Amino acid sequence: MSASHAAHHDDHDGHAGHGAAHGPARYIKIWAVLCVLLVISVLGPELEIQVVTLLTAFGIAGVKAYLVMKEFMHLDVEKPIIWYILATGVVFIGMFFAAVSVDVMNHDGARWSNDAAKRAVVAGLAAGDPANHHGAAEHHEAEGAAEAAPAQH
Amino acid sequence: MNAPAHGHDHVHDDGGHHHHHEMTFVEKYIFPTDHKYIGKQYLLTGMLMAVFGGFFAYAFRMQLAWPGSDIPLFGHMSPAEYNAAVTNHGTIMIFWVAMPVLIAAFGNFLIPLMVGADDMVFPRLNRLSYQIFLVSAIVIVASLFVPGGGFGGAWTAYPPLSGDSAYNLTPLGSSLWLVAVALEFVAFLVGGINFIVTAMNARAPGMKWTDVPMVVWMICIASILFMASVGPLMAGAVMLLFDQTLHTGFFDPRQGGDPILWQHLFWFFGHPEVYVVLLPATGMVAEVVAVHSRKKLFGYKTILFTAVGTGVLSFFVWAHHQFIAGIDPRMANIFTITTVLISIPIAEMMFLYIATLYGGSIRFTTPMLWALGFIFAFLIGGVTGIPLGASGADIYLHDSYFVIAHFHFTFFPIAFIGTFTGLTHWFPKMFGRMMNETLGKIHFWGTIIAVHCLFLPMFVLGLAGHHRRIYDYTNFPELSTPFLTNIGIFATVSLLVLLAFQFVFVFNFFYSMFKGPVAEANPWKAGSLEWQCPSPPPHGNFGEHLPTVYRGPYEYSVPGRDKDYWPQSEPA
Amino acid sequence: MAEFIPVANTRSASGVPTGKLALYWLLCSEIVIFGGVLASYLMHRLAHPEFGLQAAHTNVYAGTINTFVLLTSSLMAVLAHSAAEHGDGKKAAKYLWFTIAGALMFLCIKAAEWTSEIQHGYTITSSPFWSFYYTAAGIHASHVIAGALVMLWVIQSAKKNKYLYRVENVGLYWHFVDIVWIFLFPLLYIAK
Repeated sequence: MSASHAAHHDDHDGHAGHGAAHGPARYIKIWAVLCVLLVISVLGPELEIQVVTLLTAFGIAGVKAYLVMKEFMHLDVEKPIIWYILATGVVFIGMFFAAVSVDVMNHDGARWSNDAAKRAVVAGLAAGDPANHHGAAEHHEAEGAAEAAPAQH
Repeated sequence: MNAPAHGHDHVHDDGGHHHHHEMTFVEKYIFPTDHKYIGKQYLLTGMLMAVFGGFFAYAFRMQLAWPGSDIPLFGHMSPAEYNAAVTNHGTIMIFWVAMPVLIAAFGNFLIPLMVGADDMVFPRLNRLSYQIFLVSAIVIVASLFVPGGGFGGAWTAYPPLSGDSAYNLTPLGSSLWLVAVALEFVAFLVGGINFIVTAMNARAPGMKWTDVPMVVWMICIASILFMASVGPLMAGAVMLLFDQTLHTGFFDPRQGGDPILWQHLFWFFGHPEVYVVLLPATGMVAEVVAVHSRKKLFGYKTILFTAVGTGVLSFFVWAHHQFIAGIDPRMANIFTITTVLISIPIAEMMFLYIATLYGGSIRFTTPMLWALGFIFAFLIGGVTGIPLGASGADIYLHDSYFVIAHFHFTFFPIAFIGTFTGLTHWFPKMFGRMMNETLGKIHFWGTIIAVHCLFLPMFVLGLAGHHRRIYDYTNFPELSTPFLTNIGIFATVSLLVLLAFQFVFVFNFFYSMFKGPVAEANPWKAGSLEWQCPSPPPHGNFGEHLPTVYRGPYEYSVPGRDKDYWPQSEPA
Repeated sequence: MAEFIPVANTRSASGVPTGKLALYWLLCSEIVIFGGVLASYLMHRLAHPEFGLQAAHTNVYAGTINTFVLLTSSLMAVLAHSAAEHGDGKKAAKYLWFTIAGALMFLCIKAAEWTSEIQHGYTITSSPFWSFYYTAAGIHASHVIAGALVMLWVIQSAKKNKYLYRVENVGLYWHFVDIVWIFLFPLLYIAK
């Protein structure tokens, strides 16, 4: 055990040799970068361009997660087995999403339609749109809304 | 080590001392950290819960055979009680019998012994996992006695029936049921981490990955499967609990939720769960087949790869439970293919066990009989799965007694035949005494014949159109013809015979525990590490000197040696 | 009862210290738990355009401040790890206290935010979006609480310079909680 542990420790030292060291100064620098990224991810959507929103919101979330994993969790110097463990979880969730989203996200199929979901969309859009809120035109939609509205228990 | 604070250096000082620690009765039996006692706690709790599960089976089979009659020990059964009985029979048998016995009891008992360690890597976490499990068992039993009665929405708990007490009429029962299941998951997540890490890190010096006994591999693969599959259902359980208690609408179409999503969350866990309990059972069968036919396990690596293959494939088949639930028909095609595919690795595994028998010097001891019975009964379960996996046939057979018969031919071999295989084999190691072979064989033949008489008629009932959730068939004249009624009664009588034979086992188990002939360290002349320490092993298992491993676990009948087994820890 | 550590715990056949290996398996199980709720949310989010309208009512300022708080507490956790690596248990304990302070600040801001939202009528039953919002953030908050409690326990031994490897392990857990929030933040607050 001692030998393997020493090896593990050497990994750290070896890394420290070519990197800028995993010292407090480096950590604070990374933290500053993370904060800047946070500001960008909040300001991005203010432009109200969808592509920019997606990029700044989720692209930057990916970058932040990468930085935390690499610099704070030191996953870059961990043994491959750690990566396999984490990948197990991520891969299976990806698979879950891939197969289930086909069902949940489609509201229309060849011989079926998900009326409840459609009603929820119509009702939600009607309730959430302030411009449309007092209009008479959406009266029939409001009926649909009443039908699908959250049952207040 | 140049950095004194880094790492585990200090534990060297602590290790080794604990062998001298004198334990009180409470420390040893009530709050043990010793993996063997925690394993026994799981075993006995699981056996106790099996009494509940078996009693429910008895009650609703009596109702089906003689509708409306006064059932001895139960009384008259109402439709709500019937629903609660089938629901809790399924839930208890899977989560509180199969899982604790197959994974937790045998995992706890066997893994440290088989990898040559003195205990699990985290003994107190191990104790915590049992305590959480015990609480979950108490909660599920309590849920049967609350006002409104136990939850009756089937073990799959499909919403909206399970999500709203206006539908299921069991406001407390359904929430307690859900809490109990979620707690049970937490217990097995904690326990599973312990099993995996113990097998990964605490192996004896010299033990390569091909030297690890098959049952350890299987329990670890099963724990990983459980861990990777249960997460979405844990999240789903929280969501369903909010649906029940706070009236959110995650799965309620009236509020824009999607009930099919629960089915996906459930079966994404539910199908791998079958393999979570199957793999440890097959692992035990592998051990027993090799030891009792005095032959090296045929195709060690192939068995291992088929187990991993089965495990991975088991994540791609779940939607075959939902063919008629309104899922996308294109997905039904894909899931039909993957479902039929999964029979390949698992059939290959069974063939490898049969190949192990070939040319062996077979001893028909009780554990060996159980192992062979497993292969036979599981074959029926596997083969009848193919018509259910094909989406076209499944549309007719879905939710019929054909399905019941099919999964009982998989789950009975797994949960009971598998358990009896392991229990009769490792009983001498667990309790230091031998079980009675004659009683064991009586129990085996009585059980194996009765179980086939119980479930084979259900294939016929299912094909005739009996639906699994009907309380009283006399209301359906075309389904209660004398022929169908009679085979239903035959199945119920077989169940009574099956239950009666379990008393033979219970007597044998407890009598042998205290009065059986004292077992030697290695009564079966096996090579794996757990047989190289005293029976029962003391605290710390191997004494002061933990073993070193020199060879694989299945070195039987090696030419040129006077003994026909070669212990893993014996220097060459 | 004295700290009981079996020989099994000191072995490392895989080359990864036992505690860290177990922690990563724990994180694997957490990934699928959070993955389950986030995948369910994402499916609804993509198929229900009304979620965007409702998400517009979330308090981006509170979310941003909370992200900042968690990032900072993550920094404190890694500084604690750095101190522990140099054998300074007292300093590690001090940084862990800062981390716990971050956790408490996060929970306070969260409480204030939820209070104001509930007062404005956005409760967990208002719509599927709000149900997911409270459930996902609530599950995350329960992990923040759990992490803080474990840190309290780790501090007890770390300040005596014992079991310093626990500082790194609890820190790894904390970074994971941080990463979950990094993804929750755009999913619940920013994307409209």
